[in-house]
Amino acid sequence: MAAESAGDRLTLYGAEFSSRLLAGTAQYPSPAILSRAIVAAKAEIVTVSLRRESGGGRAGERFWALIRDLGVRVLPNTAGCRSVKEAVTTAEMAREVFNTPWIKLEVIGEEDSLQPDVFGLVEAASILAREGFRVFPYTTEDLVAAEKLLGAGCEVLMPWGSPIGSGRGLNNPYGLKSLRAHFPNVPLIIDAGVGAPSHVAAAMELGFDAVLSNTAIAMAGDPVEMARAFALAIEAGRAGYRAGLMQTRDMAAPSTPVIGRAFSDLARA
Amino acid sequence: MNIHVNGKVLDVEAATLAALLRELEYEDGAVATALNRNFIRRRDRGTTPLKEGDAVEILAPRQGG
Repeated sequence: MAAESAGDRLTLYGAEFSSRLLAGTAQYPSPAILSRAIVAAKAEIVTVSLRRESGGGRAGERFWALIRDLGVRVLPNTAGCRSVKEAVTTAEMAREVFNTPWIKLEVIGEEDSLQPDVFGLVEAASILAREGFRVFPYTTEDLVAAEKLLGAGCEVLMPWGSPIGSGRGLNNPYGLKSLRAHFPNVPLIIDAGVGAPSHVAAAMELGFDAVLSNTAIAMAGDPVEMARAFALAIEAGRAGYRAGLMQTRDMAAPSTPVIGRAFSDLARA
Repeated sequence: MNIHVNGKVLDVEAATLAALLRELEYEDGAVATALNRNFIRRRDRGTTPLKEGDAVEILAPRQGG
């Protein structure tokens, strides 16, 4: 890591991280590839879930042991929850099993887009924050929803780039840019929809603090190599943002000096 | 007694949630439980009675995004 970026840490609910890429753990071809991809991504935070299981919970315990061996922090989710009650109960269950107050809060409001129900999200976030959870709400770029989530006790926001698993990248760069500008001091993590390293770099260039990706890495032809590519994109985008991007122009502006060009005083041949 | 466990109807003998986990051979520490959509803490399972028609959720860690 370059010396000038050594102090560039991501702070989430008082915990500091050097990596700005959060990784999902689902859809990998095998547990071994999952482990190698997490390492290649340099991820320090991974998302996990709770699901029904027969067989005494032993498969779940094996997965949980694999994650513990990686030495990463877990961010349990409430993926797929459709109501405030479901999300709150799932969060409470996750806190006990994973032994963490962190929760990635999802309250899904629409089936085709898996768009967050921001009304339910605010209500669930408020309940969970009062119960001592550290809530990471999966939300949209809506400014009012963001303001209400912060008011409910959230100290981090996770706006979508585009619908979960779509790989479309940043659907609304203008809205995301506005969100960043309105909340300059709130950690903002792009969650969902990134499909390529360029999407990740674009998010970081906009000034977002981190990106969470699952499908794009797990479903790549080579998930370990894609994880490495995403880590590089995070670093490049972040460095670009910190360096200060030039202003775009509508017209060309020559980069080579015009003064002193040969034949400049002669009529065009 | 018939109860719903993870969406399936099972005929069980257990009188409490803790006994149900033993009857179904779940490892106590590896799962989280809910009864009729309400979270039941691990330490409360032994004192949580079951009755006919109850809906129990037994969840374990899983990959997630």
